[in-house]
Amino acid sequence: MKDVLIQTTLSNGLKVLLKEIHTAPIISSWLWYRVGSRDEVPGQTGVSHWVEHMQFKGTEQFPANMLDKAISREGGTWNAFTYIDWTAYFETMPADKIDLALRLEADRMLNSRFDPEEVASERTVIISEREGHENEPLFVLGEAVQQTAFRVHSYHHEVIGDMADLRAMTRDDLFNHYRKFYAPANAIMAVAGDFDAQSMLALIRELFEPVPAGSNPARLARPEPPQTGEVRLTVEGPGATSYIQVCYRFPPASHPDFFPLAVLDSLLAGPSNLNMFSGGISNKTSRLYRALVDKEYAVSVHGGAQATIDPFMYTITMTIHPKRHPEEALAALDREIQRVRDEKVTREEIRRAIKQARALFAYGTDNITNQAFWLGYAEMFADYSWFQTYLDKLAAVTAKDVQRVANEYFKPQSRVVGTYVPLEGKT
Amino acid sequence: MADKQNSLPGPDDIYREVLPNGITVLARSNFNSPSVVVSGYFEAGALFDPDEKLGLAEYTAASLLRGTINRTFDEIYAALESVGASLGFNTGVHKSGFNGRSLVEDLPLLLELLSEALTMPTFPKAELEKLRAQLLTSLAIRAEDTADMASMVFDQILFKGHPYSRPEDGYPETIQNIKRSDLVKFHREHYGPRGLVIAIIGAVKPEEAAKQVRHALGGWQVKNQKETPELPPLKSLKKAVSKHHRVAGKSQSDLVIGTNGPMRRDPEFMPALIGNNILGQFGMMGRIGDVVREKSGLAYYAYSSVNAGLGPGSWEVSAGVSPQNVKKASGLIVDELKRFVQEGVTAEELADTKANFIGRLPISLESNGGVANALLNIERHNLGLDYYRRYEGLVNGVGAEEVLTTARKFIDPDKLVIAVAGP
Repeated sequence: MKDVLIQTTLSNGLKVLLKEIHTAPIISSWLWYRVGSRDEVPGQTGVSHWVEHMQFKGTEQFPANMLDKAISREGGTWNAFTYIDWTAYFETMPADKIDLALRLEADRMLNSRFDPEEVASERTVIISEREGHENEPLFVLGEAVQQTAFRVHSYHHEVIGDMADLRAMTRDDLFNHYRKFYAPANAIMAVAGDFDAQSMLALIRELFEPVPAGSNPARLARPEPPQTGEVRLTVEGPGATSYIQVCYRFPPASHPDFFPLAVLDSLLAGPSNLNMFSGGISNKTSRLYRALVDKEYAVSVHGGAQATIDPFMYTITMTIHPKRHPEEALAALDREIQRVRDEKVTREEIRRAIKQARALFAYGTDNITNQAFWLGYAEMFADYSWFQTYLDKLAAVTAKDVQRVANEYFKPQSRVVGTYVPLEGKT
Repeated sequence: MADKQNSLPGPDDIYREVLPNGITVLARSNFNSPSVVVSGYFEAGALFDPDEKLGLAEYTAASLLRGTINRTFDEIYAALESVGASLGFNTGVHKSGFNGRSLVEDLPLLLELLSEALTMPTFPKAELEKLRAQLLTSLAIRAEDTADMASMVFDQILFKGHPYSRPEDGYPETIQNIKRSDLVKFHREHYGPRGLVIAIIGAVKPEEAAKQVRHALGGWQVKNQKETPELPPLKSLKKAVSKHHRVAGKSQSDLVIGTNGPMRRDPEFMPALIGNNILGQFGMMGRIGDVVREKSGLAYYAYSSVNAGLGPGSWEVSAGVSPQNVKKASGLIVDELKRFVQEGVTAEELADTKANFIGRLPISLESNGGVANALLNIERHNLGLDYYRRYEGLVNGVGAEEVLTTARKFIDPDKLVIAVAGP
């Protein structure tokens, strides 16, 4: 059974990807905009995420309260995500109700109200969201590490934005950002599920082609200069548990080195899971787990690779064992990093990484929402063929490739090491 | 278009078999993805924990994959992770459970490891101590988590004197009290095939799945597997109780406000679930979300939930707010609860929620994990294999009057528990 896949671009520049999947009477539609926190300048950090919130505050046709009720009444589920590189809106609906979701998206691409009172009440909601994040030691640490890793590139701030900007931004700041980036020429519509592709395309044309093309604004991209020495930082906060986050430089997803690094990630820390609606697997036989958790330097260790447009970070996060000093855990980590730089990994380890990736991909195909997610997600940093050929590219990775990228990317002098120092017992 | 009603699990496509040793096998096939989910539960929950060794059931379940007669910890996980499979155990008050996943070609391996873990764990001393440090760290992190602490304080007050007042993961001192011999004894007395339910969903024929379960676990026999203790009666709240648990240095407080709720098997369950959806779920978190988040901008999340299981449940509202807004948010929430029990719900709200419940069902059942949960839910609460096919009728059978009566039966706005954790 081969799923029907259509890729086309409407006259106003809206790219459309459609995939028929007839396994359940469900359709999932995703609208992706090429805008994220990287497109924000100081003074306006967090504006992309706040605009995403305002997209739920209504248009003339779909007033605030009616919008979510309309979707919920039809049994739909919907949400939105703002990331460093993109913003995405999705609705998964019973197949015969998808029309509502598409009409809503076409309307709010152009007609969101940004009512000043709604902006004011959403300001405190987002401040509360940020305060919730600040309760978490790993958010506080991660934010400090990220802003240290990126001095020049706009990847340097968190998606939620800085508190100062959340307090100061105006309704016009939000509205201008919306008008600049929310347009067909800067968007991708991806739909998967139980439909006839030609009829779906006709419906999308009818709803979206009347929307003026708008522009495809240049992305803010001031390349981060090479780092010339290790940077260390500490943050302090409540609690009794120490954490370390080590961040190395990582290439963009479209770079050929991404794939040997994905293999390396898999064998160092267990495979990073790129699915949004499907869980990952444990990492208890990864090299870092064996060296850090089994040996009781840490009680957990996780690695995180992300698919981005520009070079971003690979982070290793350790929860330090209560009886250890963070420096001991870091030394144990360094021994393992040195090992992948010095010695070739085995063919068996590569074979295993490929099988793990194959399993994760299979898990991600048991629901339509996740399959629709991939259609557009891959387009945000490469194109859909990136997803389709992922396993083949992993299969082509050699031990030599892995050693080369380990030496190129896992350099001590281009990393940031952050430590969360708990204050319990110290005050 | 795929047929709506037939995409829901029902008697014609759910396989159910009770093995001679008492294990219930549930299976349903889905060949859309070459993978399989294995999920289930068994009668070894935290109810059995002595107070001074609270966390014993969870510690035991967490130890199962730390070593078996056939394999070490590392060998177990090497087998799993080499093929991209996963397997884990969890513990609730009444039951413990397991969740696993693999490519379908590795289902025999997954079941073999599950069988080893359940029937022949060795509780290796060194591994147990590593695990203890991990459990204690989790508890240290819990102590700093305002949402966890508010919820824990809420349960301690609402279920005072009842086993439900106790956190399944225990306290640092109770985890310290647990010895290897306690784990061995707990496993010997409480683990067994009686009451074990296993659901297998994925790219395998149900008969084949059942055959594999018979092969892996059909021979398991345990003499004198202990019966689950009876739940003591729950004393109802005599008056409102508020408690503020201090977690210093945090920028947000969490609050939980609520009272008792129905059991899953009570006739009030469905009216409560529907009423709750209107109160604090529908759209952007229902009436509670509308007042606390949309109109007042006080919180990123504010919602209500009905937690109904085998014993007395709870009906609670949760929110995360700035420490200086705790009082204001609590006031708004209590006012909404008052309105809820005074006025009930409107015909329009009721119709919206019914449409929401019926419409979203296929979406909640599209993944293998979703179907596994649904089948286990049927089995645990004896709902009948046709439950999801009857669901629309059950939802539509609830009237506004029933919702109001149910709300009044459980929610007394003058006798609420208000638990807050934060600075």
